[in-house]
Amino acid sequence: MEINRKFGIFGGQYVPETLMNPLLELEKAYTSHCSTKEFKEEFAYYLKQYVGRPSPLYYAERLTQELKGARIYLKREDLNHTGAHKINNVLGQLLLARHMGKKRVIAETGAGQHGVATATGAALFGMECTVFMGEEDIQRQKLNVFRMELLGAKVQPVVSGTKTLKDATNEAIREWVARAEDTFYVIGSVVGPHPYPTIVRDFQRIIGDEARAQILEAENRLPDVLVACVGGGSNSMGLFYPFIEDQQVKMIGVEAAGCGIETKKHAAAFAEGRVGVLHGMKTYLLQDAEGQILPAHSISAGLDYPGVGPEHAYLYETHRVQYESITDEEALTAFQMLSKLEGIIPALESAHAIAQACKTAALRSPEEIIVVCLSGRGDKDVHTVAQYLDQKIGGGEQ
Amino acid sequence: MNRIDKQFQLLKENNQKALITFMVAGHPSIEATEALIYAKERGGAHIIEIGIPYSDPLADGPVIQKAAQQALDKGIRLGDIFACMERVRRKTQIPLIFLVYYNTIFAYGIKRFITACQEAGIDGLIIPDLPMEEKEELNPFLHGTDIAIIPLVAPTSKERVKALLQGGRGFVYCISSLGVTGMRQEFHAELDSFLSSVREATALPIAVGFGISGKEDVKKMQPYVDGVIVGSAIVRQIEESGGNPIEIEAFVRMLSDI
Repeated sequence: MEINRKFGIFGGQYVPETLMNPLLELEKAYTSHCSTKEFKEEFAYYLKQYVGRPSPLYYAERLTQELKGARIYLKREDLNHTGAHKINNVLGQLLLARHMGKKRVIAETGAGQHGVATATGAALFGMECTVFMGEEDIQRQKLNVFRMELLGAKVQPVVSGTKTLKDATNEAIREWVARAEDTFYVIGSVVGPHPYPTIVRDFQRIIGDEARAQILEAENRLPDVLVACVGGGSNSMGLFYPFIEDQQVKMIGVEAAGCGIETKKHAAAFAEGRVGVLHGMKTYLLQDAEGQILPAHSISAGLDYPGVGPEHAYLYETHRVQYESITDEEALTAFQMLSKLEGIIPALESAHAIAQACKTAALRSPEEIIVVCLSGRGDKDVHTVAQYLDQKIGGGEQ
Repeated sequence: MNRIDKQFQLLKENNQKALITFMVAGHPSIEATEALIYAKERGGAHIIEIGIPYSDPLADGPVIQKAAQQALDKGIRLGDIFACMERVRRKTQIPLIFLVYYNTIFAYGIKRFITACQEAGIDGLIIPDLPMEEKEELNPFLHGTDIAIIPLVAPTSKERVKALLQGGRGFVYCISSLGVTGMRQEFHAELDSFLSSVREATALPIAVGFGISGKEDVKKMQPYVDGVIVGSAIVRQIEESGGNPIEIEAFVRMLSDI
């Protein structure tokens, strides 16, 4: 098995020389081990028995009725153990780490979902785990910090730069540079230097593989549209990838428009970014004229990232995937709507995908099918949403 | 002949080792940067390495990160840095090297950046996040220029060393320890064999950096190399002295006076 270093001009390995051999070693281990029957069976075992896969593909009947348009199916990644799609990738990487003989793992986290998933997997496999998290995010996501600690992980506060996910990633990479000899870096999205974007995509493609089989079983045909949110872009890559060759399937990636693209407070790298280099990859980034990376903004911490995975950049340039953006406000409306109509509280990240799916469904006929990746559950966001709604009621009506 | 080559040749003739000192452009101010370059030269520095402040300096530790952030907060732009280098170049022929992250070059435009470096009299570039695998996109723009891309070699490079040094110019930057700048606990255990493997692979002068904290370290390293790079230790002095040229000159003199 051989894998490309780049997707068109995107991706690559823009890292210090110190990391080149560890990355080459990782690629070698990945290509030689992860294609074996032994690995595939082991991974499948944990996905079934520990994560609870396959996750259902649920027909959202009341939501569909409300919109009077295309039929909406939800791929229920929120029902996975730890409550999001992140665990799929984590278990794949930890099995690889174990195979490589690494006993210590590190990870970056924004909202804490990837951190919790990594801490969970590290507990499962008896590994030492350190999670890098921006000081600002630690304040915003206290519950997840406690969860990680409960799971035996050490949460390392990051005080550099903007003190959020971007800087937590820098710090995790710095730590890896220092400890590559005994440490495995578990990246949480389809970002970072090659081979990570490929590895994470391959571990997340289970979402799309299952969805494909499930919709064929339910409807006896492929869907017309796929919709998923894009921060770094792992749940969307996972859903999209197995459908890439099916030209009749339209795909929409949803970025966070934050307070609105025009306010500059957003996280939509395709809407307003330019090509550049960050975290070891060439991709679309929010940056100023001299290449200084700009802070992203979204109500959803998981989408609050100034870049996007390099394969998404490629799919954007080749027009295979269409990228849209949804504001904080629109996501909050979708968050409440799905809760009330379906009894499913979505993660704020996933609420962006729901909001876009609602827009798209309304324009399409009931014969058409939309599959949305419900990437995570919203328990972690209830506090944020309550605060936001309070503020609006308290301050917005004057 | 590039000023870096000339400098190493001269040092060799005098049986001396190079002292290469780092600083962050615009820290604590762009005026201070100019004055500090002269101060370092007076103190005995042979090559000046100037970091271009960047929002996400992956290879740097807290001391340099903080200095870069301060410079950015003050609004330092590339235009200010190039203008400062032009002023410096009119007054001294000391080799000037930029430590610059790749996105800075890429966003500015590779050709435009290289041209600006030539016009400002910059002799070399150290690009910490552009490994050999990605250099191709830069190479076409370097033909016919006198700018050296300084190759970086790490203790983890091992069998890559030879390929890394092919076509290298200026000198070889050997990373003494894993991790970021200024955070060394101890030098890499196999530093001796690492440095000798580099020596075997190249005719270029070799210099060692990352975690050289003071005079003792400089002394310890000199027998193995042609030059020693002092980074965070000087940036810390610049920070603590508020960029006072007299103090920095004295600090560099202390390091060079061996």
